[in-house]
Amino acid sequence: MADIGIVETKYFTFAEPPNELLLHCGEKLGPITIAYETYGQLNSEKNNAVLIAHALSGDAHAAGFHKKQNKPGWWNDLIGPGKAFDTNKYFVICSNVLGGCKGSTGPSSISPETNKPYALDFPLISMWDIVRCQKQLIDSFGITKLLSVAGGSMGGMQVLAWLVLFPEKIRSAIPIATAFRHSPQQIAFNEVGRQAIMADSHWKAGNYYAGSHPVKGLALARMIGHITYMSDESMAEKFGRLRMVNSEPFKFTADFEVEGYLKYRGDNFVQRFDANSYLYITEAMDNFDALEKGSLEKLLHGHKVKVLVMAFKSDWLYPSYQSKEIIKACKLSGVEASYCEINSTYGHDAFLLETEEETHLITHFLKKVFYKYEVTGNYGA
Amino acid sequence: MGHDNVRLDHRIISGLVPQGSAVLDLGCGNGDLLYILIKEKIVRGQGIEIDEQAIYKCVAKGLNVFHGDIDSGLADYQDKSFDYVILNQSLQQIRHFETVFNDALRVGKRVIIGLPNFAHFSSRFQLFFLGKAPVTRSLPHAWYDSPNVHFLSMTDFIDFCIRQNVTIEKRVYFTEHREISLFANMFATAGIFVVSR
Repeated sequence: MADIGIVETKYFTFAEPPNELLLHCGEKLGPITIAYETYGQLNSEKNNAVLIAHALSGDAHAAGFHKKQNKPGWWNDLIGPGKAFDTNKYFVICSNVLGGCKGSTGPSSISPETNKPYALDFPLISMWDIVRCQKQLIDSFGITKLLSVAGGSMGGMQVLAWLVLFPEKIRSAIPIATAFRHSPQQIAFNEVGRQAIMADSHWKAGNYYAGSHPVKGLALARMIGHITYMSDESMAEKFGRLRMVNSEPFKFTADFEVEGYLKYRGDNFVQRFDANSYLYITEAMDNFDALEKGSLEKLLHGHKVKVLVMAFKSDWLYPSYQSKEIIKACKLSGVEASYCEINSTYGHDAFLLETEEETHLITHFLKKVFYKYEVTGNYGA
Repeated sequence: MGHDNVRLDHRIISGLVPQGSAVLDLGCGNGDLLYILIKEKIVRGQGIEIDEQAIYKCVAKGLNVFHGDIDSGLADYQDKSFDYVILNQSLQQIRHFETVFNDALRVGKRVIIGLPNFAHFSSRFQLFFLGKAPVTRSLPHAWYDSPNVHFLSMTDFIDFCIRQNVTIEKRVYFTEHREISLFANMFATAGIFVVSR
């Protein structure tokens, strides 16, 4: 299938003083810039817009290629002409989260008050704040109702936050490999990552922007993360117990393939991610509880949102029981929903890799929502 | 999907469900029955199915379906969430039939249940004269690879309903090609019952 071609990141700024955004924590923040990309065309009825929400380390560049880059966006397999999020039909929007470091306002942004990076003066952000910023962006397009909001992992948390906060603004929701709230195990892994960053002597309570960054701590956090994104089986398949060919005869070097892979992932990550953003965003994930405002049953009462939930069999970071809790809430609130637990060995990473199954489910689900049909004559298997 | 190749049991069930009902199909398979019910009876339909490949077929038909087993699929629903809960030829997927049957009666105002008849005359013949566990066209599995964990006749089910204080509102007996009314426990290969409590 064809790719979108060359795309570029754009920027949307709002909440200029004195109209700052009131955050969930009670503090005010402004101005706020949100980096975003769009693919496809918004139709004249403005009813074909799909918002894609990215995961922890993602960004606005979900599909297509940036100029002179040979690596496509992070969900390029699913977004494009004829793909699941078919850009011939739908207008796809993806924005970098508030608190991020890929063009949106975050702790590494310059504070208008001090003319220096916010660092830890940046207020604590929540998933609700992230979604409210997305809502502002959507409003700026004149879109009153999204066809769908979709995302995996932390992207799925944003989908759930949309479902809870703005059920009247979306026609459907596609939360993938996600949870209403983090389990202690998920919080624990995030906390170890945060501690790794804060234990790095270069972190300096967040004030490292003028000097060396806490790259060792951030790389270690990323390595821990990557372990949780894979499965026992996928690691065995990918690395086995193979050793690197050019490993040096020295104690405790990264000799095994898996060690080399993690090191590569860690080193690669620090080139493109800010350590303070990692702290703020993982904290927002851990604090998130989609149902803190009440049961889904109450919140969705009278709204005709359709929901498609996906989980992956080998995903132990966001196990399928968490997706089943979403389904349980849909059952109780009478929301139309479908659920599939895809048989995959990739672990949590599956939401980025099992594109064939996802494409099938999303394609048909979106068609149904877009054309407002229940069952039509031509849709026999 | 033309009307000609609709399975007889699906045709019968479609005849039993009133227009606009809310229907839960437990063990909905590829979704053929739900598809007919939504098309012909404009029902609000939901399926539950254990087989992943069948889920993909259901979603391709535009159906709402949950991937999961029947035994645990009902528990989350509130009482009388559906007008009809359908258990058609899904007995073999259910380990604890009595529990599921009672939960189906809790979640649905009525339950439509489609059962194979293990007391069909050809089964009786094989057991009685050949002394062998029956293998018939409607029960094609040998004892060692049969998915059926429960073996019952039409009479067994009726007795069970009486013991459970369940009212049988309607019953339809049929063979592979047509409905029958006489000596059903002998000649029917399957039966469909509408029950309530």
